[in-house]
Amino acid sequence: MSVLNPPRSARTRRPGGPAGAGGSFSAWANRHRKWLFAAPAMIFVGVLIVFPLAWTVYLSLTDSQGSVRAATDFIGLQNYITVLSDTERFWPAVGRTLAFTGVALAFEVVLGMGVALLLWRPFRGEKWVRVAILLPLVATPVAVGMMWRLIFDPNIGFVNQLLGMVGIPPQPWLSGQDTALGTTIFMDVWQWTPMVVLILLAGLTSLSDEPDEAARVDGANAFQRFFFITLPLMMPTVIVAILLRGIDALKTFDILYATKGKGGGSFHEVETLNVYAYGLSFDYNQYGLSSAVLILFFMIIIGSMWLLTMRRKAVSK
Amino acid sequence: MKRRSIVKYAAVAAAMSLGLTACSGGGGGSDQAKESGTVRVTLANHVWTEGIKSAIPEFEKSSGLKVELTQLGEDQLSDQYNVKLNAGSDEIDVMMYRPLQEGKAFAKNGYLADLTKNVSSDSGWDWKDYQEGPVKATTVDSKVVGVPIITEREVLYYRKDLLQAAGLQVPKTMEELEAAAKAIKASSPDTAGFVARTGKSAAVTQFSSFLYSFGGDFMDSSGKASVNTDAAKKAYAYYGGLIRNYGPANVSTDMSWPEAMAIFTQGGAAFYTEADSLYKNATDPAKSKVADKVGFAALPAGPAGSKPYNIPSWALGVNQNSSNQDNAWKFIQWATSKERTLAAQKAGVPGPRTSVWSNPDGTSTYPKDLAEAISASAKNGVGHDRPEVVTVGKAREIVGAPIVATITGADAAAAANDAQTAFQTFLDSEKK
Repeated sequence: MSVLNPPRSARTRRPGGPAGAGGSFSAWANRHRKWLFAAPAMIFVGVLIVFPLAWTVYLSLTDSQGSVRAATDFIGLQNYITVLSDTERFWPAVGRTLAFTGVALAFEVVLGMGVALLLWRPFRGEKWVRVAILLPLVATPVAVGMMWRLIFDPNIGFVNQLLGMVGIPPQPWLSGQDTALGTTIFMDVWQWTPMVVLILLAGLTSLSDEPDEAARVDGANAFQRFFFITLPLMMPTVIVAILLRGIDALKTFDILYATKGKGGGSFHEVETLNVYAYGLSFDYNQYGLSSAVLILFFMIIIGSMWLLTMRRKAVSK
Repeated sequence: MKRRSIVKYAAVAAAMSLGLTACSGGGGGSDQAKESGTVRVTLANHVWTEGIKSAIPEFEKSSGLKVELTQLGEDQLSDQYNVKLNAGSDEIDVMMYRPLQEGKAFAKNGYLADLTKNVSSDSGWDWKDYQEGPVKATTVDSKVVGVPIITEREVLYYRKDLLQAAGLQVPKTMEELEAAAKAIKASSPDTAGFVARTGKSAAVTQFSSFLYSFGGDFMDSSGKASVNTDAAKKAYAYYGGLIRNYGPANVSTDMSWPEAMAIFTQGGAAFYTEADSLYKNATDPAKSKVADKVGFAALPAGPAGSKPYNIPSWALGVNQNSSNQDNAWKFIQWATSKERTLAAQKAGVPGPRTSVWSNPDGTSTYPKDLAEAISASAKNGVGHDRPEVVTVGKAREIVGAPIVATITGADAAAAANDAQTAFQTFLDSEKK
């Protein structure tokens, strides 16, 4: 009897779908598979990126301070007005952030290109040299900061003792108001040039030899071949290196905090936007103001990255 | 192609993050901790912590509770609290905190449980035994929110050998201190006459004793800013001037105690003013090149006398959100008992209990001159070493600015006037 009259659900199921109660789910899953497969990623993006960002935007519009759970008032764009009219801490911090990033990047790219060119052609002991060059890259930035802080110590530091041996008076390095930022840029260059070398070397080795050889046959010298053949061909890679390193340099925090502490030193000499925002939240507990700084900072990063990406597209064409 | 790879990476990242969350979720919730009788204690890196750490098995044995200890550096500890307590976390039961730095803010935010009943519940443990200053600092709005564990006063560290060589007496007044520092710097240019903290924020606590001894304070009795009074201006000029004129060559303006202490213990300075609780760094031969040459004296007297701070630098509190408050209190009761306080004090941590100080055993391990300096300072000490406000970090930066300005050669009076305006604006903003 039952064989002759199968259950209704079985009769109506779609061809190809499995039988039983799972059938309807499977059918539903099949229909929505493009959403289903993307769901984990979307949840991830939602929970870890969109929510924190939205929360930060919300906080930046309130007068939240002390505790984020305390009652807050919605104050609109007041925090942004306060921050943007702050010429004492905010704008100098913007200046320092851009100066730090710009100068460090310039050194890293030029030095990185130089080293990459040296390592380009195979030579004896190549492996060892590459390992040695990569060493700074694997050290923790905080440890790097601590190490350089000791080396640059005005009284017991290695650098000043070395200078003393050749009769040069001790320099303030990290402790000087004018020299501190430069010294931290030096540390950044020391640590991150290897990464630029790595990227540029990968770009160089993927270049075809033919244009270079053709130029050589035509009698171009090394200088001409680099500036008119290699560099233009390398431009997309160079921009990738600038993009990756630029984002990192803008966000630099560890080295600055490890060497100069909260507020970037007694005169805020190395206080970048990141250090400033950190101080606002963790030292002053002004979450609203700090969120406004972070949102502005975020916009600066997005803006500069957009400019670079546009440039890369233009170069790739 | 590009879009597909992004999704792929996001999916991998999502899987990883889910995996990580799953791991951290296994750590055990509050109920589990309550059932298993675990007390989660967060402590700072400090000599006191070292002592308590080795005694914890004792407590675990006698109470049947298990202690889960987290130990962090001062700044990391502070950041942890800001994140966890802000999120209403119940992962911390007992917390070591700085009453003068964070006490007001924590109490205002409701992070600290009210311990008023607990402290008076056990007469054997004896809350009345605690010194008045420390008790005041852990009481907010007449509620006890913490039990002090470490007290500090500023004392003068000096080099006996250098003083003897220069034929100098231990300075009793600020004038004598300056003259002695000057004499030593003049006779041996490589040795600084005086060293102390120079960091804008770090120096404030040590500068405070100079400020009081010159007759000033950060705020007047009505709560108005008072960092540009004549007394304050003189104090700024004096402290900054000592470092500028007789301090180490190339002095940095970022020194906190580790840097200043290093200069002193490496033999680089004749005088150093610092908290007494750090004395072991100077007298321990493993850490100090001048361990056997260090002498101690009370802070030299200024125009208003010798008025060092006398404060509790650390206390134990209970997280308001902890579901394990009874056990947390049991831990505090044990860790701050008379016996434990005596043991800690003998190991070099000046405690807050009167009975321990009046017990000869309590000062037996201290250098004699240090014990005398401490007892003198405890008598005329002031109960705070920084502005008593909610956002202490910001206040310290403001009132500390004239210190660094003076060290770098700026006019102390002008800097004090600027600080006064900024500090009053800050105080007004806190009242809102």
